[in-house]
Amino acid sequence: MSSSVYTPKLPRWWWLHHAGYRRYMVRELSCIPIGVFAVMLIVGCWRLEQGPESWQAFRAALATPLALVWQLIALAFAVYHSITWFALAPRTMPLRIGARRLPASWIAGAHYLAWAVLSLLVLRIVGG
Amino acid sequence: MNPSPMPVSAVGANALRTITLEVFRFRPEQDPLPSWQTYQVPCREEWVVLDALNYIKDHLDGSLSYRWSCHMAVCGSCGMMINGKPILSCKAFVRDFPDHIRVEPLGNLTVIRDLVVKQERLLANLSAVKSWLIPKTPAAADEPYRQTPVQLDQYRHLSMCINCLLCYAACPQVALNEGYLGPAALALAHRYNLDSRDGGTFERMQATASADGIWECSFVGECSEVCPKHVDPAGAIQQMKLASSLDWFARRLGLGERS
Repeated sequence: MSSSVYTPKLPRWWWLHHAGYRRYMVRELSCIPIGVFAVMLIVGCWRLEQGPESWQAFRAALATPLALVWQLIALAFAVYHSITWFALAPRTMPLRIGARRLPASWIAGAHYLAWAVLSLLVLRIVGG
Repeated sequence: MNPSPMPVSAVGANALRTITLEVFRFRPEQDPLPSWQTYQVPCREEWVVLDALNYIKDHLDGSLSYRWSCHMAVCGSCGMMINGKPILSCKAFVRDFPDHIRVEPLGNLTVIRDLVVKQERLLANLSAVKSWLIPKTPAAADEPYRQTPVQLDQYRHLSMCINCLLCYAACPQVALNEGYLGPAALALAHRYNLDSRDGGTFERMQATASADGIWECSFVGECSEVCPKHVDPAGAIQQMKLASSLDWFARRLGLGERS
């Protein structure tokens, strides 16, 4: 009798039952397409190192419909991850100037600004 | 003391709405397994789910067990899963729910009886993280520890925790790892770390930065969503991760003075 307690078990598919958990799981799963895209970039560098023909073949492979669809999926996940992460940043890194708390929108805004600046920089380098 | 809800005869019939309350029952001396029991409860417009439970207790079934005390979201004892979500039953207005309401004990915790869960896990974790002031320097016997409003503002929101366990019920990591210290205990550890009078951060880190501490958190964030006092344990834990990482680097670089 003394050990008669009930301990609930987390259902196997616990995250399917609640919108908040689903959003969290999508953010966690975004690491897979982003990871695969990173591997593609590394393969690209390796092909570039092999010479112009290899590089052209790699570029052609990237332009096939299947590869394009995959890149769009990876982009969608990367954008989702970035936006949700930036939204959380003010809670992770609350900042103060003197006695006053910096508004959350400023901290998130600084992340978007850094994102835009870095993206422009990369486009500038890649675009020549 | 709070009066129990008025008997039905005392209110106008047109003000009543009959709700089906499906309540989790667990009476180990009768049945080793939990079961569901439904009650028809005539609810008044301004009732919360706790009022409906009190109605059952007073008029329908005195054997139903649940915790409550203040009826105003201060004591933190009436947390339950209502239609699958952790909430204080004294804050859950019946009018915000459909006609069928399912009431369960808080998730992820051991159930003792009906809607009553064991609170020992939180209490043990509060001790483990030393959620009390560890003074930097002992104050003179007749001197208070002084603090400016700005210093108070650093941790004040974290000190609002009422230990209601809703965050434990909302956290899948609490369910997956029995040893995990959990949102409330970690948020309260951070509350003392941020206190200008406190010098116990490193001492607390032995627990908070252990394998059962902050790194078990994967920032699901639901603890903060369900917190009735807007403590934001998820944010506190991420801040501790940042502080713990910086501390690690500082010590690798020989900058930290911590032993």
